[in-house]
Amino acid sequence: MTETKSPVLEAIREKFGEDVIEAGIFRGDEFVVVKRERVIDLLRFLKEDPGMSFEFLMDVTAVDWLGRKTPRFEVVYHLYSFSKNRRLRVKTPVPEEDPRVESATPLWKGANWFEREVYDMFGITFDGHPDLRRILLYDSFVGHPLRKDYPHDKRQPTVPTDEFPDPEKNVRVYIDEWKKRGE
Amino acid sequence: MAVDDALNQLGNQVFLTRFDRILAWARKYSLWPLPFGTACCAIEFMAVVGTHYDISRYGWEVVRFSPRQADLLIVAGTVNYKIAPALKKVYEQMLEPKWVIAMGACATSGGFYNNYSVVQGIDRFIPVDVYVPGCPPKPEALIDGIMMIKEMIETGAKRKRDILEEMKKR
Ligand code: SF4
Repeated sequence: MTETKSPVLEAIREKFGEDVIEAGIFRGDEFVVVKRERVIDLLRFLKEDPGMSFEFLMDVTAVDWLGRKTPRFEVVYHLYSFSKNRRLRVKTPVPEEDPRVESATPLWKGANWFEREVYDMFGITFDGHPDLRRILLYDSFVGHPLRKDYPHDKRQPTVPTDEFPDPEKNVRVYIDEWKKRGE
Repeated sequence: MAVDDALNQLGNQVFLTRFDRILAWARKYSLWPLPFGTACCAIEFMAVVGTHYDISRYGWEVVRFSPRQADLLIVAGTVNYKIAPALKKVYEQMLEPKWVIAMGACATSGGFYNNYSVVQGIDRFIPVDVYVPGCPPKPEALIDGIMMIKEMIETGAKRKRDILEEMKKR
């Protein structure tokens, strides 16, 4: 990760000073890591400042760094500027004990469903979100499956399966029946 | 003589059979499939219904999206736990007699989705009569699968549903 001069990053560093944890360019993509308390301020600045004009929130997602980084989570915002045709990635670390971030819905209505997805998959809550419910999984689901400590094959059935015997046995019976069929 | 002629002609037009056989004959050439398409396999199903493969040649082309008007359920695609109750309901709403095809690896066994959300084969909650392998199966394979259903109807073979009922009674 090399620090290269970039007017966007310069302006962010100047305005947010100490609150910028890291900023740089990785393979041509600019990114900035900012403290959780200031992330909404930064997003507002990026959206509303005429020199920045990142009008479009492309995606909100998260990363679980279980066992590789503390704080454990990182919420990632992907921004795009139509008028200046450039992109920026904003990241903010979120600790496991208190997985909360302020919602970006006042800035972008589109953040609504992105944040619901992050909540659904990672269990990170967004303060000030108008309707923070699961969006992809069913309501009876327990846990957050994209957390690295959720067993990848732990299933939570929604339909009764007990009237159906073990599928393998099932198939065997069935094959026998098919063999008899011609007789 | 005129009467003889009439009888001769009648001889060409009348044949004797059992009622269930003629019923099966009618059924096997007029299956109304309900495509429960949830993923890529459904695209392949479209090819089967389209002009090139054209299952209307066999009389199976009346694709119905209402379970009450269908007698062949073709589950084409990945079935996850969220949609499973809907699939179960669709199956239950279909009128007898009904048959089920699991099309593709996903519907058969979960395919390569060994994860928290995908049902590992629809036969865990509805009875399946024919499994069509492939990812996705070629259109010929699906036609072959429906041919098997046709054969089942023809010979009066027991469906998985019937077998399960019997097993329950035993
Ligand atoms: S079996 Fe393959 S083609 Fe069919 S739904 Fe699954 S992934 Fe798609």
